[in-house]
Amino acid sequence: MNRLGWRRWKSRVMVGLMMVAVVVAVAPLVMILATLVARGAGSLNLAFFTQIPVPAGETGGGVAHAIVGTLLIVGTAALLGLPIGIGAGIYCAEYPTARLAVVARFVADVMNGTPSIVVGVFAWTLIVDVQKHFSGLAGSAALAMLMVPMVLRTTEEMVRLVPHSLREAALALGYPRWRTSLSVVVRTCLPGIVTGSLLAIARIAGETAPLLFTALGSQFMSRDLDQPMAALPLTVFTYATGPYDDWHRIAWATALVLILVVLVLSLLARLATRQRFGSRG
Amino acid sequence: MPGEVPLRGRNLGDLAFKTLLTIAAIAIPALLAFLVWELYLGSKLAIERYGLGFISGTNWDPVAEEFGALPLIFGTLTSAAIALVIAVPLSLGVAIYLTEFAPKWIRQPIAFVIELLAAIPSVVYGLWGIFVLIPLLRTAVFPFLRDTLGFLPLFQGPIYGNSMLAAGIILAIMVMPYIMSVSREVLLAVPTSQREAALGLGATRWEAAWTAVVPYARSGILGAIILGLGRALGETMAVTMLIGNRHEIAASLFAPGYTMAAVIANEFTEAATDIHFSALTYVAFTLFFVTVLVNAAARLLIWRVSRGRPSGGQGV
Repeated sequence: MNRLGWRRWKSRVMVGLMMVAVVVAVAPLVMILATLVARGAGSLNLAFFTQIPVPAGETGGGVAHAIVGTLLIVGTAALLGLPIGIGAGIYCAEYPTARLAVVARFVADVMNGTPSIVVGVFAWTLIVDVQKHFSGLAGSAALAMLMVPMVLRTTEEMVRLVPHSLREAALALGYPRWRTSLSVVVRTCLPGIVTGSLLAIARIAGETAPLLFTALGSQFMSRDLDQPMAALPLTVFTYATGPYDDWHRIAWATALVLILVVLVLSLLARLATRQRFGSRG
Repeated sequence: MPGEVPLRGRNLGDLAFKTLLTIAAIAIPALLAFLVWELYLGSKLAIERYGLGFISGTNWDPVAEEFGALPLIFGTLTSAAIALVIAVPLSLGVAIYLTEFAPKWIRQPIAFVIELLAAIPSVVYGLWGIFVLIPLLRTAVFPFLRDTLGFLPLFQGPIYGNSMLAAGIILAIMVMPYIMSVSREVLLAVPTSQREAALGLGATRWEAAWTAVVPYARSGILGAIILGLGRALGETMAVTMLIGNRHEIAASLFAPGYTMAAVIANEFTEAATDIHFSALTYVAFTLFFVTVLVNAAARLLIWRVSRGRPSGGQGV
């Protein structure tokens, strides 16, 4: 009896400890978001979004150059990476037992675990070292390489969820295989593919390490992908590690903008899937 | 209309479609092979000059062209170990609580909130670490540790703030969501009969979870932990901003250190000589191989648990 009492007591203590673990695990997220808003929100004004930085030591200015840079670099990365990732994902789902599919799937897992800084070194040797100058395009290439394996895995999973009966029905109606794949199978799981792509874009938008020695960063507005280019994460890094208080203020505000971009993309990703289920009633 | 498509055109369409998909699929292994080849070419100079002694050397002096990576490897392993010591109990506690104990309505929201942590960019962790975490550690946590556990060499010496321990703590926060979500998936895959059998034998709910559910998912949980280790080894920005960036091996966790990823981030744009670039690429090459091995081990373990289930254990 006494022993049972002790076992019950132990069970309760362990559950209590686990609840403490939940609180400890959630606390950093709350703290980080709260500090971002508290220290960053005050600096968000029109000038912040429309102006480029002022010389060090002066106050004011904005990060318009980094917003434009992030849009261009991430947009180009998506143009390079999405077709390869989605195409390979459809291949792996349509020919699941092909040797190439097995290899591609395994390699995608390996690439998913590759540190992003290593991919940055790859892009440097491939583009920057050959051209002898830093460029936004080299940054895009590094980011594209990071998003390909993520997009591959989500696309494959989504295509595989489409019921076989749909495919069979289309083939029975005389559709060729490629039209069955594109206008029936892929069409059905398109929201899922869009979700996966948006999540991958959200993740690469926050990447800093692969841009350090590819896009390099810049204090000026640059729309030329062949030139060094600013980006939001690079701006956060430079300003956070700089010596001026006003730089730190800008770093917080830029980090807040970066987090908002990432969260909005993630939310859009969820909406894309929800709409599909909504329209099916 | 399908009827209007001539047979020949149909075959051509199929051929073109399959060719395009195949090109995309071939691109994946080709890219990785290309990456390995480029890293090898880039580090060839340093490999020829220093060989494996690179890994055991302790001196890093770009001016004298001496490069030894041991302090970097030490820093990478130590910071990752600290991260796991903190993150593993926490994430396992959360995962077990969410699958076995929590009220149904609260499970999904908590899992979602913790997975949001994985969406925060590394550089934002670094920023928060510099201005919130480090001051907190320097003024409150580190002095407390030195007063209570100061008899251990780990917690002795001057307190700077930027340190191995600070980097380990930020890494713990960053890898926790990965370990948590994969462990949760493998715990969900444990058959209900395991729990029912233990409860039927008179086990308390904790005993059922700890003796019947967790052991069943053991190798999957180990896989989740190793996956977290892989993340911790390659993490760059937050560590670079918090670890203090000093090439030395110190016994104290309050002392600054350096990691492989951080040295690449800091020195690559400043490198002036070919041998310096080559040494840094050699570091990247080493880091790449370590993370590939670690991740392959993790995938294998997760796959062993979740095979046979339709939505495998890819998780992250």
